Order: sequence, then C-alpha cells, then structure tokens
Amino acid sequence: MNIWLLWVILGLLTFLTRLSFIAIFDKVEPPRTLRRALHFVPIAVLTAIIGPEIFYRGDTLITDPLDPKLIAGLAAALVAYKTKNTLFTILIGMTVLLGLPYLLIVFGK
Amino acid sequence: MITIDTPIKQFTKGILDELPLCMGVAPFGIIVGVMALHAGLNPLEGQMMSSIVFAGSAQFMVIRLIQDNTPALVIIVSTFIINLRHALYSASISQYLKGLSTSWKLLLSYLLTDEAYAVSILHFNKNAGSSNLHWHLLGSGLTLWLSWQISTAVGIFLGTQIPAEWGLDFTLPLVFIAIVIPSLKDRPSTLTAIAALILSLVFFQLPFKLGLILASFIAIAFGLWLERK
Repeated sequence: MNIWLLWVILGLLTFLTRLSFIAIFDKVEPPRTLRRALHFVPIAVLTAIIGPEIFYRGDTLITDPLDPKLIAGLAAALVAYKTKNTLFTILIGMTVLLGLPYLLIVFGK
Repeated sequence: MITIDTPIKQFTKGILDELPLCMGVAPFGIIVGVMALHAGLNPLEGQMMSSIVFAGSAQFMVIRLIQDNTPALVIIVSTFIINLRHALYSASISQYLKGLSTSWKLLLSYLLTDEAYAVSILHFNKNAGSSNLHWHLLGSGLTLWLSWQISTAVGIFLGTQIPAEWGLDFTLPLVFIAIVIPSLKDRPSTLTAIAALILSLVFFQLPFKLGLILASFIAIAFGLWLERK
C-alpha cells in the first residue's frame, strides 16, 4: 500500500478514536456508573503501559531482582511519591538505570 | 488558592505542566525518527508520520510492522487496537469539553495524546469549577505536539548515531510513573494501579498489544467494585 495513503488512514483512525466520546457525550449524558468508571481510566491505562516497559526485556519477563530496570523503576516511584516532581523522577530513574550496571561491576556482582 | 480562569492563564499553565513531560518524550521521539529511517522510510515520510498519525506507541509498532513487511490491513487493525485507550481518554475528558464549538473539539481531539491527557485531566479534576479549562488542554497538547515534531526531526537528522544501549526509551515509563504515583490518593486508586500492573504483565504476550486494553478494562472494573463495597 502507498505509504501516504497508510499515513492518512492511520491518522484518521487515531483522530476519530480520540474524538469519539468527546463528540458523543456532548449530546448524551453518560450513565452514572460509567462516569465513576472513567475516574479510574488514567490510573489503569497509564499503569498498564508502565508494567511491561519496566518488567519485560523484549519478550522475557525480568526475574533478576537486581536488574537495573527494576531498581530504576522502583527508585523513580519513590522519588515520584516523595517529590511529585516529573523532571526529578526522570533524572533519578535514568541515573539509576545507566549508573547501576557500573556499581554492580565495582561491587563484584 | 487563586483560581486560574482567563484563557491565557489556562493556556500558560498547560504549557508549563507539559514541559517536564517533554523531557521524557523527546528521547522517545528521537528513537522514532531513527527507527523510521532504519525501516526504510525516507526522511519526509518519517517526519509526516509524526504529524499525520501523531501517536507515539502506535508509531513505534507501525514502524516495526513495516520493517517486517506486514500487510497494511494488519497494520491498520493493530493501530486501532493500540489506540483504543484514547477512546477511554475521550470519554473521561468529555465532561470538561461540553458545549465547545466543533472546531475546538476537532482540534483538541487531534491533540489528545497520552501525555497531554495525563496532565490536563489532573488539572481538570483539581479545578473542576474553573472557566476556560479547554485552554489548558490546548497548551499541553500544542507543547507536546511541538516537542514530538522537533524530536522526530532530530532523530531523522541524527540517523543511526544513537546506540540502543543508552536505554533512552526508558524515559517513557518514567514519565508515566511521575504522573500516576502522586494520583494514588485512596485505597481504590492504589489497588486499581496494582491490579493494572499485574494484569499488564500477565497479558503482555497477547497479540496486537491487546493485553494493554484487557488489563485496563479489568483494572477499571476492579476499581469500581472496590469503591462500591
């Protein structure tokens, strides 16, 4: 398929998905249960994106508790909890991810 | 607390809220640019993908599928599924965008990415009564859009000079950790997040990233059930 045609189709598809309920719920009131369910959307979806990014390498579940990805994720979670600062969370997470392998070598793991 | 309610103030707040996230998104955009060239796309095709499709994780997947010569129909269906979460965002943010003109709704829908949604829904929930809230989403959305376009361009320009072992793509989960953790204010929220985490790992091997949607839906239902108890 022509790559430009593919871009347009994918773009429209993405756009219409994002527009969907903004358009629908402008006229129709969403049911009460649904409204309460929507409260959990950001928490559930964003966490489900985080999970595999931290706990998988390729198609393999990480089982080594000292794996830099796990430790970096944990460190970032603690920083986010304590400081609520996005920038700080990213910096500490990346520092641990990139620095830990060297530390482990130094301490002879 | 002071109520921020003029369009320009909301807009500025949206930009400022989004800026730290751009730090995390930029490496991701650079990688998309690099990968696009790897997959055999030309620079213009790579750049226009970021402006026309404008969906980070979907773009990642599409590039990989193109590299593997996947049929277009499979690419289209996969993109639809991976983007389904945006329908949830759309539903969740709709209550704050009621009564806006059609052009506003079209523009904000185009800009409704994970990262813009994440900061604006927090702001909306916290300032539910304020006026001109949609300007906040415009600010966060445009800021993310601009940083996505620029970082894709940087990736295309740098080409293959960025080694994979730098692990730059790790900034994306870090961004979401920074957003989610502070929003876990009560027991149902925290348990919903834990459920989503575990389920996302269990379902990860499902094709077309269906696991993301499945894990989200079950976790949301779980949260509802906890709240009702």
